[in-house]
Amino acid sequence: MRAPSSREVRLGEALLAVENVSLAFGGVRALTDVSFDIRKGEIRAIIGPNGAGKTSMLNVINGFYPPNTGRITFKGEARTTMRPYAAALGGIARTFQNLALFRGMTTLDNIMAGRALKMHRGFFWQLIRHGPALREEVEHRRRVEEIIDFLEIAAIRKVQVGRLPYGLQKRVELGRALAMEPDLLLLDEPMAGMNLEEKEDMSRFILDVNQQYGTTIALIEHDMGVVMDLSDRVVVLDYGRKIADATPDEVKCDKNVIRAYLGEPHGISA
Amino acid sequence: MLYREVGQYKTSYAADMAIFPILQDRIGLAAILLIAFVVIPLVGHDFLLNTVMIPFLIFTLAAIGLNLLTGYTGLLSLGTGGFMGVGAYACLKLTTIFPHVNIVIWVLASGLFSAAVGVLFGLPSLRIKGFYLAVATLAAQFFLEWCFIRIPWLYNYSVSGAIEVPLRTLMGIPVTGPTATSLTRYLIVLSIVVVMTWVASNLVHGRIGRTWMAVRDMDLAAELVGIRLLRAKLLAFAVSSFYCGVAGAMMVFLWYGGAEAEVFAIDQSFLVLFMVIIGGLGTLTGSFFGAALIYILPIVLREIPAALGLPVHPSTVEQLTFVIVGVLIIVFLALEPNGLARLWQIGKQKLRVWPFPY
Ligand SMILES: Nc1ncnc2c1ncn2[C@@H]1O[C@H](COP(=O)(O)OP(=O)(O)OP(=O)(O)O)[C@@H](O)[C@H]1O
Ligand SMILES: [Mg+2]
Repeated sequence: MRAPSSREVRLGEALLAVENVSLAFGGVRALTDVSFDIRKGEIRAIIGPNGAGKTSMLNVINGFYPPNTGRITFKGEARTTMRPYAAALGGIARTFQNLALFRGMTTLDNIMAGRALKMHRGFFWQLIRHGPALREEVEHRRRVEEIIDFLEIAAIRKVQVGRLPYGLQKRVELGRALAMEPDLLLLDEPMAGMNLEEKEDMSRFILDVNQQYGTTIALIEHDMGVVMDLSDRVVVLDYGRKIADATPDEVKCDKNVIRAYLGEPHGISA
Repeated sequence: MLYREVGQYKTSYAADMAIFPILQDRIGLAAILLIAFVVIPLVGHDFLLNTVMIPFLIFTLAAIGLNLLTGYTGLLSLGTGGFMGVGAYACLKLTTIFPHVNIVIWVLASGLFSAAVGVLFGLPSLRIKGFYLAVATLAAQFFLEWCFIRIPWLYNYSVSGAIEVPLRTLMGIPVTGPTATSLTRYLIVLSIVVVMTWVASNLVHGRIGRTWMAVRDMDLAAELVGIRLLRAKLLAFAVSSFYCGVAGAMMVFLWYGGAEAEVFAIDQSFLVLFMVIIGGLGTLTGSFFGAALIYILPIVLREIPAALGLPVHPSTVEQLTFVIVGVLIIVFLALEPNGLARLWQIGKQKLRVWPFPY
């Protein structure tokens, strides 16, 4: 287990700051005046009951939805709206609650697609696929194979991802995000629907990514055990409002948090 | 035992990324090229060359073009006929204005014109998808057809309103026009189709192909990994229309030798679309299979009664052909949506593990 004190030292200044963000869909207020920050190098959990606005928060961060009010500062640059493309360019990668893989493509191609922003050989080299275009392809393939080894998915390299079981698809999606070599990685329930063993594997991958590459991670997760093990700090949302923002241990005992989860069908599973 | 990759270890990523990593596939490809370039010219008579091979190759190229757009990028187009027409009319105008430039250059250059038109009509694809985009391309189809009929300048004011292909030579040998032999035209068509298939295969197996397929499979996620959607879609429209345009130019200049605007009507769009669907969306091999099935099968069916000496009226055969092809399309859509190419893959997979079932 990690020692919180030593991590505390490692954590840097804020990489991302969310200030007074509100978001409404018609009459539904998905987010109301939410503020928090994510520091460089940390694993930041976002938790809350179903419909609390967690996914909406990630969607605001990576530009799918412009917030109605408030602003977001990423790497010191403040902005109110941003296209997902710009978010990718800025170094934000993401996985989805309900998977958003390229289903007709192989594992390898999915992860290679994550290198889109790093590959530049122009159209005319692509026409002949020799020389610089092939060299570039090989160079990135090498990097992608490292990710494949890291995630232990070498055996399914050439399998169309639509045919893979759910747990492996989640892994491939993480691989695609890692291929972007992001500064900030947003993970929306990466362990949903997994069995214990798969959850343990995934937890290990997340910790390793954070420690080996120093990637800052925002993690949405319902399993409190996982949140306790992985995260440095936790934001708790309920009905679109932030009700707590503290270390995992403090959050667990927070009476607002307990009240929010009481009466929820899943409750806090420790 | 014969078709195996066992023992063929790939020693580098470049080798693993080769388009035909298995030796037997490469031998097969070499054999096909040998037959196409040497055997068929030696044994081929006019019927085989002019009625079977030339049109088959031209339709294959058009099918590859549409497949790049619909199969690889997921953008359904009903404008194929129109884009082919742009190629044909552009080629006519180019060779009329610059008669001394090699006609093969103009056949290829005419693709650039359809590419430009394709990009123009592809612009709405950023906002609209699926069925609605198909309707937008249908509008393009009808608009282009209208142009082909209503703008006499396009067909050089010919009295018939049709394209009349002039005589053009290459190193003294007639290539287009009535005196060009089917063998010459076959070899030119074959060369163009082989080179353009190779190029298409390079594109779809590299960065650009992945970009297209990503847009097709999940455009939100594509944007999120840093793919610019409009750019990717417009590039697909451009390349696809380029292929269709060259196919259209070859159709008139190297096959028909003259054509009216009807050749580029909506029927042609559907014919090519059927080829793509039956062959398999998102596979280049499938485009060959699809063109063969839709174009060559009816020819075979037509020849059967005559060969067997059956007293069947040609029009009956014609109708029967429609029925058979129609049924095949429905069967394919229902049973094997991935087309003939998928069956081919399954067959090869079986062969690879033979004699074991798995
Ligand atoms: N695109 C949308 N249109 C309309 N309402 C939406 C949309 N997206 C989210 N909502 C609403 O916003 C609220 C917050 O949803 P969100 O998906 O962010 O919750 P969540 O915390 O991720 O929940 P879960 O744990 O179930 O994933 C919900 O009431 C939801 O119905
Ligand atoms: Mg959610």
